[in-house]
Amino acid sequence: MSVFEGFKFRRVYSPIHQLDPRVKFFYVLAIFVIAIMFNQLLPLILLFLIQLPFVFIAGVQREWIRSLRGALLFATMIFVFNFVFTYFWTEYPLLPSPSLLEHSIAMTLRFIVLVESFSVFFLTTSPDHLGLALEQSHVPYEFCFAFTTAVRFVPVLAEEAQTIMDAQKARGLELERGNFIKKVKNYIPVLIPLIVSAIRRSLELAEAMESRAWGATKKRTNLYVLRMKRGDYVLILISATILILAAYFWIFYREQIPLLSSLLIPLRLAAA
Amino acid sequence: MIEARNIHFTYPNGVEALSGVSVEVKTGEFMAIMGQNGAGKTTLVKHINGLLKPTKGEVLVNGTSTKKVSVAKLSREVGFVFQNPDHQLFCETVEEEVAFALRNFNFSKQLIKKRVTWALNLLSLTQYRQTSPFMLSGGERKRVALASVLAWNPDIVILDEPTIGQDHQQKEKLRQFIVQLNTQGKTVIIVTHDVEFVAECNPRVALMVQGKILADGPANKILTNRDLVAQASIVPPQISQIFFELSDQDLPQDIINVYDARDVIIKRLEAST
Amino acid sequence: MAIIETANLTYTYPGSTRSSLQDVTIEIKKGEFVVLTGPSGCGKTTLCRCFNGLVPHFYGGELQGDVTVTGLNVTQQAICDLAQHVGLVFQSPENQLFALSVEKDVAFGLENLGIPRDEIQKRVDWALRMTGITNIRERAPHELSGGQQQRVAIACVLAMQPDVMILDEPTSFLDPVGAQKIFDVISRLNKDLGITTILVEHRLDLAGKFANHVIVMDEGKVMLDGEPRGIFTSEDARLIGVGIPKATRLYQVLREKGVSLKRIPMNPEEAARSLREVLTLD
Repeated sequence: MSVFEGFKFRRVYSPIHQLDPRVKFFYVLAIFVIAIMFNQLLPLILLFLIQLPFVFIAGVQREWIRSLRGALLFATMIFVFNFVFTYFWTEYPLLPSPSLLEHSIAMTLRFIVLVESFSVFFLTTSPDHLGLALEQSHVPYEFCFAFTTAVRFVPVLAEEAQTIMDAQKARGLELERGNFIKKVKNYIPVLIPLIVSAIRRSLELAEAMESRAWGATKKRTNLYVLRMKRGDYVLILISATILILAAYFWIFYREQIPLLSSLLIPLRLAAA
Repeated sequence: MIEARNIHFTYPNGVEALSGVSVEVKTGEFMAIMGQNGAGKTTLVKHINGLLKPTKGEVLVNGTSTKKVSVAKLSREVGFVFQNPDHQLFCETVEEEVAFALRNFNFSKQLIKKRVTWALNLLSLTQYRQTSPFMLSGGERKRVALASVLAWNPDIVILDEPTIGQDHQQKEKLRQFIVQLNTQGKTVIIVTHDVEFVAECNPRVALMVQGKILADGPANKILTNRDLVAQASIVPPQISQIFFELSDQDLPQDIINVYDARDVIIKRLEAST
Repeated sequence: MAIIETANLTYTYPGSTRSSLQDVTIEIKKGEFVVLTGPSGCGKTTLCRCFNGLVPHFYGGELQGDVTVTGLNVTQQAICDLAQHVGLVFQSPENQLFALSVEKDVAFGLENLGIPRDEIQKRVDWALRMTGITNIRERAPHELSGGQQQRVAIACVLAMQPDVMILDEPTSFLDPVGAQKIFDVISRLNKDLGITTILVEHRLDLAGKFANHVIVMDEGKVMLDGEPRGIFTSEDARLIGVGIPKATRLYQVLREKGVSLKRIPMNPEEAARSLREVLTLD
């Protein structure tokens, strides 16, 4: 659950929260593309650091750290797989060398950078704004409505599932008993009431929507309108600059990016 | 016998729902736990069948700590009827539904059959034995849920908000049923904010506010205490409101029931003529 | 002036063999506060659905007879057109709010109608003020208490400036204090704005005192229709199983024993006043 906690929006005010979601999405996309472009440690460290001011301005450090902590298990797995597989699958097995270590760390960091950027996006963008952004990007309204409604009902359904489980446990149901097949079967008494209730709920929702003039006109208006402000243009500028710089380095200096470990060796020699 | 000893409970999201509750319910008692939504009533009773374990303190059911036994084991003694029957009904027939718990508890085939027949009869559901629970009306579904818990004959019966969504007649039937269970020696605990329902049952009442028990005593003492009732954010029973308005008339103040009210007034009128 | 009229209204849901409404003929006047009551499954909710067109347009089924609401023939109007005249508030607070902020939810109906943005803003502000929830306008509806949610639902309907507001057991999931607040809001809207109000309710202890017109249904038929004091004390109401307010019930049991109060009380204050007269007489 902790991974999801790191993506759950909490309503606070900060310059980052005020930004247009479309612009923030562009920024996340830029980070995403750059992270995929490079597989060396140095640029990925820079990419990681570049996002920190964002987190602090938005004031979501606590949630953000939680999302990273949640990603820790996957990160460890990625590290171990990279290390082991590169070691055995390369044609000339190397001894566990500093460069191999660095490569594995880089791959892990790439994952963390991706988690970091998406987490910042979801932590600072209200689902309402997200729906609005979809709407103003000419996604059909029915789809946008379905999206925000789904977001709205996830916590409600999660809570309901818990209540149903409690109710069945109180009738002697032991969810963890038996072999795998039995365990799956154990969930039937939970799933059926949950589905029935979801159907009933959707019927009630439809009734409520109809009663509030759903579909009265094709030209729907909107209480909120997203307008680009100065901060939005600044972020576009920042994202575009980073992206262009990254592309420039990637085209011309891709092969020259030094390994951190190779940088460390002369340092160590100098110290000696 | 249920003993809660200074229990605290904090939900994983950090909300402290119980902050030091101590209460003792003797075998055969009838108790109503009252208070505003969010006062911790349901959290408290979920400790009795072990669905929740206290973060501090302990709950003993017939002498055993709930921390030491599973929910399934505790449920043999503690029957818990949830607020919404739709959160538990899932079988194809009412009969299957009532037998579900008995199968979980490994009752023998003959015994299951016997208990199901008994429970359906108890709640006058025999005619629906082969009907799908989803085809029944709200009040009937509630009765099926009740039957499916009473079927294994638990000593302690807990009902969470039994009167919600029930009309006047259904409530009246429910009241009679609860009283009948209690006279058969079962410990009955109801969680409710339905003041008029409690006023008619006149059980022992525990008032909860913000995770603590504010007051505990007979309904006609607790619900007629203006201060307590105001602190617990509940509305006093209408009869008690009438007698409060007439407090200068030297009438007793611990009246919550229509018939008691009538008798007191008539006695008073007879005395003055 | 009648704002809602039905004549010999009979309705059967699709796939059902029994009519949920049988020969219902009622008249509701502009500005009235109607309490519609009766045992579960008596057809109260179905009747409400007829008033804004959910029956028959959304549910299908077979409808006979006439329903006229604010001069419009329901069977010939689309639900979205009726929605501008008749607002419906449902029982379950959480299943009628879909947006992620309160003000967005309140704006939903107006957005659907394509009303200009500054007008929406104005009406949302007004509706939030009238229901006393301006302070929670930016909260997410599912984080609110049931009582707050239900006030949001009322604001949602109010923003559409309806002539009639129907509330189908709006307080059955609320605690008494939450319920009391809802009833206060409803009765204020009825008194100050003259919105015709139809309240479906079992708990007459709290709601009974607001009514100036009571309709009792049973098995799809209208059994009693008229002025509340008469209906609450009638033997028929007791036999149908109407939950008469305890204050009124006390009047009845005293009368059975030969003690009669001058007026039929609808609430504790009235009962106390009448009792005081009897007690101080001697």
